[in-house]
Order: sequence, then C-alpha cells, then structure tokens
Amino acid sequence: MTEQITGAQSLVRSLEAAGVTDIFGIPGGAILPAYDPLMDSSIRHVLVRHEQGAGHAAQGYAAATGRVGVCMATSGPGATNLVTPIADAHMDSVPMVAVTGQVGASMIGTDAFQEADIRGITMPITKHNFLVTDPAEIPQRVAEAFHIASTGRPGPVLVDVAKSALEAMTTFRWPTELQLPGYRPVTKPHAKQIREAAKLILESRRPVLYVGGGTIRSGASAELRALAELTGMPVVTTLMARGAFPDSHPQHLGMPGMHGSVSAVAGLQKSDLIISLGARFDDRVTGRLDSFAPGAKVIHADIDPAEIGKNRHADVPIVGDCREVIADLVTVLKAEADAGHTGDFEAWAEFLSGIKRRYPLGYETPADGSLAPQYVIQRLGEIAGPDAIYTSGVGQHQMWAAQFIGYEKPMTWLNSGGLGTMGYSVPAAMGAKVGAPDTTVWAIDGDGCFQMTNQELATCAINDIPIKVAIVNNESLGMVRQWQTLFYNERYSNTDLHSKRIPDFVKLAEAYGCVGLACESPADVDSTIEKAMSINDVPVVVDFRVNRDAMVWPMVAAGKSNDEIKYARDLAPDFDRVEDDWEVRPA
Amino acid sequence: MSKHTLSVLVEDKPGVLARIAGLFSRRGFNIDSLAVGPTEHADVSRMTIVVNVESSPLEQVTKQLNKLVEVIKIVELDPTASVDRELVLVKVAATAETRGQVLDTVQLFRAKVIDVAPDAVTIQITGNAGKIADFLRVLEPFGIRELVQSGMVAIGRGSRSISERSLRPVTVPARPAVG
Repeated sequence: MTEQITGAQSLVRSLEAAGVTDIFGIPGGAILPAYDPLMDSSIRHVLVRHEQGAGHAAQGYAAATGRVGVCMATSGPGATNLVTPIADAHMDSVPMVAVTGQVGASMIGTDAFQEADIRGITMPITKHNFLVTDPAEIPQRVAEAFHIASTGRPGPVLVDVAKSALEAMTTFRWPTELQLPGYRPVTKPHAKQIREAAKLILESRRPVLYVGGGTIRSGASAELRALAELTGMPVVTTLMARGAFPDSHPQHLGMPGMHGSVSAVAGLQKSDLIISLGARFDDRVTGRLDSFAPGAKVIHADIDPAEIGKNRHADVPIVGDCREVIADLVTVLKAEADAGHTGDFEAWAEFLSGIKRRYPLGYETPADGSLAPQYVIQRLGEIAGPDAIYTSGVGQHQMWAAQFIGYEKPMTWLNSGGLGTMGYSVPAAMGAKVGAPDTTVWAIDGDGCFQMTNQELATCAINDIPIKVAIVNNESLGMVRQWQTLFYNERYSNTDLHSKRIPDFVKLAEAYGCVGLACESPADVDSTIEKAMSINDVPVVVDFRVNRDAMVWPMVAAGKSNDEIKYARDLAPDFDRVEDDWEVRPA
Repeated sequence: MSKHTLSVLVEDKPGVLARIAGLFSRRGFNIDSLAVGPTEHADVSRMTIVVNVESSPLEQVTKQLNKLVEVIKIVELDPTASVDRELVLVKVAATAETRGQVLDTVQLFRAKVIDVAPDAVTIQITGNAGKIADFLRVLEPFGIRELVQSGMVAIGRGSRSISERSLRPVTVPARPAVG
C-alpha cells in the first residue's frame, strides 16, 4: 500500500521534488501544518520579519540566480502582505512561487478568521494561481506552478492551499506529466521571421539594438555580444537590462528612457531600425509614444506575443526566447557576411559616439563641500566592482545606481523596474545573498525606501546573511522632491523625511546587530566603503549623508517627447551640431 | 468600432469566468454579450464573447486572453461563415382584446408561447440579434412586463469543429524547475 502522509508532508515533499532549496516566509494559523514537516526537510527556511520581505527576497534570489524564488505565508494578512512583491514580480517577469495557507475548505467564503480570497486578489498580478482544497492534488499543482513560473515569460505563480487539505491524509506521487492544455509557450523563433529581420538589418543605415530585461531572463548575453560585434550595431540597455551588455563596450550607448543617457535616447530617437530584444516599449523608455523614434522600423522579438505590437507597431514580429532569437540572427547574419553582405553602420556609429563624447553622464559637485550622491554611488561601483550584485529601491538613488555603476555582467543589477516598489532593495539583497552567498551584495537604498523594509536587517543578522547597505540619505523622498522642484514651483509638500535627524541609522543598524557607519564628506567616501567591504561576518549599513538638492539628469519629463530631453536643468543637447558634422559625410 | 464574436475554449475549472471577465475589465474592454456552457468535451467549456472594439485592440485582447493558462483556444467567428443565436423569454400583457394579435405575432416570428396567465403570456423566441430586436419592437405596444435574454451563442458553418485540433492532450514532461 502507498504510504499515507498528510497534505502538509506532501506539500513539503513536492517543494523538495521541484528542487527548492530555500524558502523565505513566516508561519501563521492556516499554513501552520506545513511548517511542521518543513522542520525535517532539507529545505532552508529563512524566517523573515514581514511577508513583503519574503516576497522581495524570493525575487532577489530569483533575479540573482535564475532559479525560481519561493516565499511562504499564512492566510489573510500574511497572504495580502505578499501582494506587492507578487505584483512586482509580475511586472518584471521574475520566476517566483508563492505558497499561502488558506482557511479550511468548509470555512471558505464564510468570512472566517484570517480569511482573504488571495486567489481572487492575485488573479490580475500572477501569471497563474491555484486554490487547492483536495490534498491529492498538491503535487500536481506544485509541479505545474514551478513549470509555469519558470518557462515562457517567467512570472509569479501563487498556490493557495486550504488548511483542511494540509491536515488531511493523502499519498504522494510526483507527476510525470503536466495537465496544462492551454499553456504552450513558443520559444523557437520562426525561420522566416529571422530572415526578414536579417534583411531589414542589412538594409538599414541607422539600426540600434534595444535590449530589455528578457535578454537577462533568457541568459542571452553571450549571443547578444556576438550579434553586436558581428554587425557593429550600437546597443542600448534598458533599466531592466543593465548588465546584459558590458557598459565598458564601445558600442554601448547606455540606458535609454526618462533618465537615460543622451546618446541612448538619441540612438533610439534618430534610428531607422529598432531591434527590440526582450523589451516592451515601456512609457518610461518611449516618452510620448507618437513622437518616439519617428523614422524607425521595428523588429520586435519577445517570448510573449502580447507584448509585440502592444505599444508600437512591429514591422517584423518574432515570437521566441531571446537567446534563440539572437543566436538564429547571428547564424543568418554570419552566412550573409560570408556571402559578402554586411550592413554599413560606420557613419551612424560615429555620429553616436560623437554624441556620447559630447554629452557624457555627469553631475555637479556641490559647491558647499557636501557629498554628491552620484559620487558615492560611482565610487561604490568602482570599489565593489563588476562582480558584486547591486540592488536598489526606487527613486533618485535607483537612477543614479543605474547610471553611475559600470555593469559588466547579467544578473548583477536587481531593481524594481515596472512596478517601482520602494522598499525592494534590502529584502531583495537578502534574497540575492542567500542565492549567491559568495558574492558581495550591496543594497543601494534611499532613506525613504530603507524605512519601508529595513526590518529584514534582523533576518540578515540572525541568519548569517551579511549584506551591505548604502543609504543615500538626502532626508527626502528625493525623486518626488525633484518633480516638486521642476514642476511644482519648489513647493515641497510632504517630501521632507528629516532622516538626518530621525532615525539615527547607525544606531538602528547596531540595534539590529549590524555594523553601522556614517559618512558625510567626500574625503571619507573611499575609506568608508573599504571598511564596509572588509566586514563580511555581519551586515553593514552605511549612512551616506548627501546633498539633498542633487537631481537626476538627463531627464525627459513625463508625457514629453524624447526629442525634448534635457541633460541638465534648462539645457537641451544640440543634436544639429553633431548631425551637421555627420551629414556632410558621404553615405 | 465594430462587433466581433470570439469563441473561447477554456478548461472547465473554478474561477475561469472570473479570470476572463477580470481581464476584459482591467484592460478596458466592454463585453457586449457573454454565454458560457459545456461542449462535446467533458473538461472543456466554451464561451461566446461579443465585443465592440476596433481590430487592433481586439488583437491585443485576444493575445492577453491567450496568455491565461486555462484558455485553450480562441477563434474569431466570421459572421458570414457562422450562425449565431440568442434566446429570449418575454412576458407580454395580453388582455381579451389583444391576445389574438399577440398570438399572431408569435406565429409570424415562429416564436412559442410557454406560459399563459389571465392577463399575460410568456413567449420564447430564438434567433439572431436582428430578428429578436424586430420581434420585441412589435411586442412593445402590448406592454412588455418582463424580459430575460441569453448571451449570444455562435458556431461555424460546415463540418469542421474548432476543437478538433486543439484538444489533443498536450503534456509537458515534468522536470525540476529549480536548481
């Protein structure tokens, strides 16, 4: 006779069978049965302090390793506290499985204690979700959840298990087949579309590789580099794709979008062909859509057919996994090159390097001797180097971290791009450190963001997860303040956090069992970072007390055309000058 | 704006209607008509959804629907190559003087009386949207007391079935997704 076990034991065995080694979570009433067999499991459970921390940790773990991140919570408030990270993972295509307890099956729908319809709540923000009330279904649903989360366009899957199913007796059988007749992601691109794309590339004069987060999720960096170097096409990497292509590469124009480099924005705006690879023409990249890259045809490759043509018409749509798409493009273009057909992009590349030289990323050093936040972040990137993993919250510090750190490798830049979740940084760093324990992990955070999720410092200190946190403390909700400066006549409504006074971040770090450091002079930046780098047994928190008036530049104001980019306040780049130089060249 | 009829084959699982209705509302599409019911396959339901949109947003909504894991197949029915029907039950006032005229109308439209009361009759009619609108316009002067109407159901003409090819069992070998 098959062994009789509880549904809870079946759940833990299923997670083990799915290959799970780490879970972030908090127990509670409805999920309690599952926590008992978890004690005897090989799976490491990291007890967090807030379920939001568990969710972001699972995201950070997934983004740093490429494996599915797992978080666990109880019913009701436990589950609803996961809503923000689930929505975040959905927007940024992060493979994640959330396991929640639900009230007993007979109590569902009765407004029972700690009951929330988390399946209903998360329908719009998950790739898929399940409510399991029959214990016999547990292995099948868990197997499907991991398959759905990790294949196709990755995303979060929620498995809500009724307490009655966890307590009931059942048998365990890991499925060999999945019952998903409606789920068939296409990964292999159509050869005809690849040939069409190659034709457009060879015909174009001003092409640009518009590289999005999909290239990171599909592990396409090597193929991307081969494609770029084979053709000489310039490259822009979106906020989600920083690190997909080395920043040090001469063909790299930087990040496009609202706070992108002038060269990356110009590269898209003035191109005649955009080759979009795992990007989605987000409004933060395109600015005003009807004036975005007006002269460009579009090759749009994405594993999600719904992204193609959603915001911008695609002349050549390609449905497929980015790595396969790029590899196939390389094969076809190589064959064309061998037959003597290559594109001539030299004049274009030169025009863009001219812009890159003329309008490099930069910042002003405050005249009063106070600390420039950009300087702190730049030095941090230089000292910790391209092997470290960097996470960030959302706002000014996020943009500076995207701009001023040189990323050379994929999966070293983790941030909340689509949803823009303040508080992502510390728990995501914790998850990344659990997934990559031998890698230095820096959470670059704002003083506003840090105060949303810093309770996970306790989790880090207790569980031997020595992350490093750089608080870029401008004592305000800096990005909102920047908009108030620019668009609301410097009326600073509710953006002053007084964080240089309260809390004392050094004391707070120490209270959490971390090392707390502070720095407010440019002269001390290097030594402070080096000190933080030398401490590897406990988490370190550095309070960088920076100038509060620094702003993020360049900037395309919301709803404006990318043509109206300003590289500093009231300063528009003079493309015509560079363009004149360029247009006298023979075509 | 123009009307489009989508036939959507879905797995017969709890919550699937909520998923589809939710998707339409959050993407800003109005459903003109919706009918759900079983099909020739035990585990598959079929939804007939009528939407009033331009063709490019329709493509987007179809793609978004296709992303739902429980959606197996979506077909847009060509009005010239398909048949569509709605069902209406309508309670009409019928006095001694008007009863004869009401029954004439029922005959004329090949509708059916399904219940009779001293001062009213209840009529069942099936047909396409045009026929039903005409019928109700004729009944209007007699006094419509209550009306209930189904969503539209539709099926392609000819011998082929939209479920033929899509319902072959598609199984994916399970493998560790983590690590």
